[in-house]
Amino acid sequence: MEAKRRELVPLALLWGAGIATLVILIVILAYILANGLPVISWHFLTGEPALWGQTGGGIYSTIVATLAVTSISLLVAAPLSVGGAIYLNEYTKETSLRMVIRQAAEILAGIPSIIVGLFGFLFFVIYLAPFTGGWSMISGGLTLAFMVLPISLRTSEEALKTVPAELREGSLGLGATKWQSITTVVLPTALPGIITGLILGVGRAVGETAAILLTAGGSLNLIQSLRDPGRPMTLNIYNVLTEYRDTTTAYGTAAVLVIAILAITLITDLLMNSYTKKLKGL
Amino acid sequence: MDTATETSVEISVKSLNLWFGKFQALKNINIDIQKNQVTALIGPSGCGKSTFIKTLDRMNDLVDNVKITGEVVYQGRNILDSDTDVVELRKQIGMVFQKPNPFPKSIFDNVAYGPRVHGVRKKQNLNEVVERSLKAAVLWEEVKDRLNESALRLSGGQQQRLCIARLLAVEPDVLLMDEPASALDPIATSKIEDLIYELKNDYTIIIVTHNMQQAGRVATNTAFFYLGELVEYAPTIDLFERPQDKRTEDYVTGKFG
Repeated sequence: MEAKRRELVPLALLWGAGIATLVILIVILAYILANGLPVISWHFLTGEPALWGQTGGGIYSTIVATLAVTSISLLVAAPLSVGGAIYLNEYTKETSLRMVIRQAAEILAGIPSIIVGLFGFLFFVIYLAPFTGGWSMISGGLTLAFMVLPISLRTSEEALKTVPAELREGSLGLGATKWQSITTVVLPTALPGIITGLILGVGRAVGETAAILLTAGGSLNLIQSLRDPGRPMTLNIYNVLTEYRDTTTAYGTAAVLVIAILAITLITDLLMNSYTKKLKGL
Repeated sequence: MDTATETSVEISVKSLNLWFGKFQALKNINIDIQKNQVTALIGPSGCGKSTFIKTLDRMNDLVDNVKITGEVVYQGRNILDSDTDVVELRKQIGMVFQKPNPFPKSIFDNVAYGPRVHGVRKKQNLNEVVERSLKAAVLWEEVKDRLNESALRLSGGQQQRLCIARLLAVEPDVLLMDEPASALDPIATSKIEDLIYELKNDYTIIIVTHNMQQAGRVATNTAFFYLGELVEYAPTIDLFERPQDKRTEDYVTGKFG
């Protein structure tokens, strides 16, 4: 009896540790949503921002800016990361080059975002200003691409690794070329993992603030082109808080952001589950 | 060595050596594979028989750090030459693997895979080739009403016959089979064996097997591999009943294995 009771202590501690993640997530979500949901209205989502020096107003232009920088980063990072992963996993042997590229991706993923932002500022905003328009959606999106790239690359590589070697052999054994085998057998099989990697990347891009702060500008005006500066949602939270202590707009924007990320994650999960089931013939 | 039943030679292997790094997996192999016959390769695990057949369609190219010397002459050419069109070669010499490896696609798409990658697009032609191949692999009756179902829903034995059908669809001359029944139950195994027996009229078949009864049932000639060497190659019945080499005798009488 005594022994059994003593077992309960570590069990309770471990249970607590396990449950902590869930609790922290729920607390943050609940706090943001409780404060933010009441703010969200049709006007809040589609309205013009408050005039300079005033609080309140809508966040339509920041939603558009987030969509713009995220799309640009994904358009650039998706082909690079998937292409890079295919090259690493299908075309190189386990050599030093492969190790170096993989290590590079890990280091790139670990660079603090403010430093990536600093580089984006110097390179895209200043040096390439004639092309990017200086502070702009392009500069912000390209900078974000650097942050999405390593995440998606590693996840895609892992996804490709899970494709059984027998499938490649089977395809090559039928006289398919390597490229045919990759496009018709390997990629469709690895697709759920690759998409998951890209979505993780999108999550990173949508949520990034520091890198955006230095590259996207911050104008509250609705962008007219991708060479215009704009203020994505994360940056808006930062700005309205630091400039006006406008917690209402901050909570509202945060709630929209959180709901968007949740929705993307859940919808992708659903789609990928049904695709995987179809692949497995269930 | 050259006492095997002779018809005409499909593949002639001369002084074949193969190393994985420093380990020599095949030692001076010389063997003539007869056309339209079943040749069985037997021997204990690690004797080099799987490595040997993978050399015949250049599948060892996929492995790191392989070195091969010698000749494998097929249709008058040494296929080990670096200028061999490997893609073309694998259309003519196809492989069935140990574990059934259907693609995660429909039954139809599995069989149509080869013809499609080789440029057949017309639905009518694909339908014909799929039906013909599935019939040749004695699977048609079981799957004709469910061609659009995933191949992964078939049983293991059906999957292996599907893999054979998939191979037949590219119309190869030579079928390499690497222990094609080792993952299957006895009933599925006997279906595969019947199929192999059928197919030898039209194809040259080389089958790696652990199972000596299986070799006895399907193969005209049998080669015994041991520690990377081809110890003995003879008509199957002679190899089993009158082995010339002590090592062959010990193996076929079950002293080791």
